[in-house]
Amino acid sequence: MNDLTTMLKQARRSDVAEHASAVASSFSDTAAGSGMVDVAYTTMELPVGEVLVAATPRGLVRIAYGDFWDAEEALNDLAARISPRVLEVPSYFDGVRSELDEYFAGKRTSFDLPIDWSLTGGFTRKVLKHTAKIPYGEVSTYRDMAAAAGSPRGARAAGNALGANPIPIVVPCHRVLHSGGGLGGYGGGLEYKKLLLELEGAL
Amino acid sequence: MGVGLPPFQSFLDEHRDDVYRFLLASVGPVEADDCFQDTFLAALRAYPRLRPRSNLRGWVLTIAHRKALDAHRSRRRRPQPRERLPERAAPELNGTDPELWHAVRELPPKQRAAVLHRYVNDLAYADIGRVMDCSEEAARRNVHEAMRKLREEWTQ
Repeated sequence: MNDLTTMLKQARRSDVAEHASAVASSFSDTAAGSGMVDVAYTTMELPVGEVLVAATPRGLVRIAYGDFWDAEEALNDLAARISPRVLEVPSYFDGVRSELDEYFAGKRTSFDLPIDWSLTGGFTRKVLKHTAKIPYGEVSTYRDMAAAAGSPRGARAAGNALGANPIPIVVPCHRVLHSGGGLGGYGGGLEYKKLLLELEGAL
Repeated sequence: MGVGLPPFQSFLDEHRDDVYRFLLASVGPVEADDCFQDTFLAALRAYPRLRPRSNLRGWVLTIAHRKALDAHRSRRRRPQPRERLPERAAPELNGTDPELWHAVRELPPKQRAAVLHRYVNDLAYADIGRVMDCSEEAARRNVHEAMRKLREEWTQ
């Protein structure tokens, strides 16, 4: 070991992290404009806690929060099922963020956000598409959703489909209750279902 | 869950410091930002076709290596250096003596790349060969030759 190699090796300890992080953020914006990002995501702080929101060029594809919240698992799942070109691009979500803010402020009763249904299929997709039509402030039942999806006896299956909703809040699975009048379940945690229904004046 | 590729964001988070440090040492502060963008855009383009379990660090350093060579080549075609400041002030490389980094950037491209891969990126000679698409022996020769020149040029 001599002075020269020591000097060269010192470069490994150069503190480039802050600058590299800034350059990486501007790379993400450039990448988003290049059309090569297949899944963009961001996180935002909402009254239900920290929320992960992901979208493809076709529309919103995933929302995770509450007990649904495991950002790493959600992102790995998106990489495996849609494309590994998954990138954090906060600026991509300005419109989504303001719609969600308005919703939680009680100033918005429907979302104007396109949806990418590609994480759903078959009966689940049918149930969720009917669920998406339940108006703000109103509720329906597992039995009705099953019937609407063409399976009048499939209340339990409809419950499972709603539990697998990849886009909660925007696809309002919280508006579906037990036929007997009970709240039913909620994958994200029942307290959030209550919170959303109270916000909408349905409880 | 299979062993697919990690989300690109994880890949970027994990390697961005190494790539930036290498580019800063290789092309200098004015061009490092652009080379960084070019490197990760090329990586993003090719990413879905990568085999899972690939050596991602070696792969992205290979791309950065090519982008640095491109930058050196286009600088040679353009007699005046680009008269513009980077958007943000670039960090300083450790190593106390800016003259040393100047001498590194004056090395012939292969020698410069080889010496940076060896001492800044801490790659083994076999890995340097893979990144530079040459034999392990050629990598060793390039590092050796670079060190000989640096000792001559940089006499402090």
